[in-house]
Amino acid sequence: MSDALKDILQQADPANIATINFGPTHPSTHGIFQNILKVDGEKIISSEQTVGYIHRAFEKLAERRPYNQITPITDRLNYCSSPINNIGWEMTVEKLIGVEIPKRVQYMRVIIMELARIADHLICNSVIGVDAGALTSFFYPFSEREKIYELYEELSGARLTTNMGRIGGFERDFSPVFHEKLKSFLKTFPKAFEEFDSMLARNRIFMDRTKGAGPISAERALSYSFSGPNLRAAGVDYDVRVMSPYSSYEDFDFIIPVGVNGDTYDRFMVRQEEIRQSIRIIEQAYNNLPEGDFKADLPDFYLPAKADVYNNMEALIYHFKIIMGETEIPAGEVYHSVEGGNGELGFYLISDGGRTPYRLQFRRPCFIYYQAYPEMIKGMPISDAVLTLSSINVIAGELDA
Amino acid sequence: MEKLNNQDFLTAIQAEFGTAVLNHEEAYGMLNIEAEPKKIHAMISWLQQHPTLSVNYLTNIAAVHYPENLNREFAVVYQMHSWKNNLRFRIKGYLAKDALQIASITDLFAGANWMERETYDFYGVEFTGHPDLRRILNMDDMDYFPMRKEYVLEDATREDKDDRFFGRNTNEI
Repeated sequence: MSDALKDILQQADPANIATINFGPTHPSTHGIFQNILKVDGEKIISSEQTVGYIHRAFEKLAERRPYNQITPITDRLNYCSSPINNIGWEMTVEKLIGVEIPKRVQYMRVIIMELARIADHLICNSVIGVDAGALTSFFYPFSEREKIYELYEELSGARLTTNMGRIGGFERDFSPVFHEKLKSFLKTFPKAFEEFDSMLARNRIFMDRTKGAGPISAERALSYSFSGPNLRAAGVDYDVRVMSPYSSYEDFDFIIPVGVNGDTYDRFMVRQEEIRQSIRIIEQAYNNLPEGDFKADLPDFYLPAKADVYNNMEALIYHFKIIMGETEIPAGEVYHSVEGGNGELGFYLISDGGRTPYRLQFRRPCFIYYQAYPEMIKGMPISDAVLTLSSINVIAGELDA
Repeated sequence: MEKLNNQDFLTAIQAEFGTAVLNHEEAYGMLNIEAEPKKIHAMISWLQQHPTLSVNYLTNIAAVHYPENLNREFAVVYQMHSWKNNLRFRIKGYLAKDALQIASITDLFAGANWMERETYDFYGVEFTGHPDLRRILNMDDMDYFPMRKEYVLEDATREDKDDRFFGRNTNEI
């Protein structure tokens, strides 16, 4: 704690301390999460969070659902980047059953996951702009995110809760329209993004507002098990994509941006740079997209095409077995993690050989780092607390599960 | 620097804690160490301080309920990560249902605070020494621990969803 902060806390006169409810600022402070602040004038003396208002018992639900029916649950964790959750879960199951995934599927997954990361970071960063008073930079990126959602739609039919992919691959290959839209996105997005960047990154007002707001040191961030952009903003270059590469991330050349002060500005800048790196990864993956099938040869888990079910005995049998839960599932214990929009999103799965998981735990980065929020805003003015909340990107769905 | 592997970790931990390491196995390449619950706090603290093992990151804490395991109904699982060696492993402690206490590791990892509260909320595991062990996701006046296996989901209208259809044999039905 800095000396200035100690002074503020010591000088606080109990008679001047007011207890107030924080917000509404963030969409979720309209009722999903509550922060009770004790303030002396503008300075926050202490705060207490209540979470759990959209707890939907996903871990309990998962114990009663076959593996393929858990994918839609994962949509609703971090709904700003659902495909990462979906694909992370599918990879967990694939690890349990030990299946080799074709290179093409891995590259397709990388493209989709990086698109999701861009969408996620775009929203987070433009919301930081809103909370610093810059509304234009919020509306502007939405037209870009729209293009990403159109790409999701082309591949999965859905936009927000995508239920993307299947155990073993994708439900369909990239369509000609997808190729066209992706090419045009790769061409137009960088320019639009740099325009967005130029509105905020070196904007004097924005910098004055965000520098030093809600800082956290690398040591504290590590002690709190931070991950993702929030940890990297504090100067620690931990990224699951590099530490434990999955889905062929080792094939791509990209850098892990880190910050210095762990404050709102650094978190913003780290996310901005990650968006540029994501574009680089997508370009590499797309330009080198291998030939092949869009799914693994996995008849026990991957539903056959409907036309085959009607005309082919074997396909009918597999269809029946998958739907009725007759598939052999190995017993075992796996942990698989992916770099989600907010950090290390992990799936800890225990199977006893039954049709559903015996136990499934989601490691939700939001839930883990949100507990540091009171420490980050202590001694700060309320306006900085608002910025800090949006810059750590708390997604209520992921927070409460 | 050469990275240590599962075997090196196991040997080092066994050398330090001897009989407190009750069991060990490798599950999908990840080392599982079953330790005496009373020694887990010391073990994690030692691993954190250790110069070469240097287990610096607490990935998560989970509990698992095995109602059929007499006197070891609950497992508390700590998933740890040593970045220096890029090695993940688990430490498990089994607790009996009427002695559901284990030392809190909030003094070692600040992030354990909510992870332990969540585990308490779901399973009722009491983390002794936790500064503020309250429910976190469920409402405060809930009077049971919902993730325990005896609380089955209702599936009110479904007759095709009992355990026989989930590949498990059970005597209860």
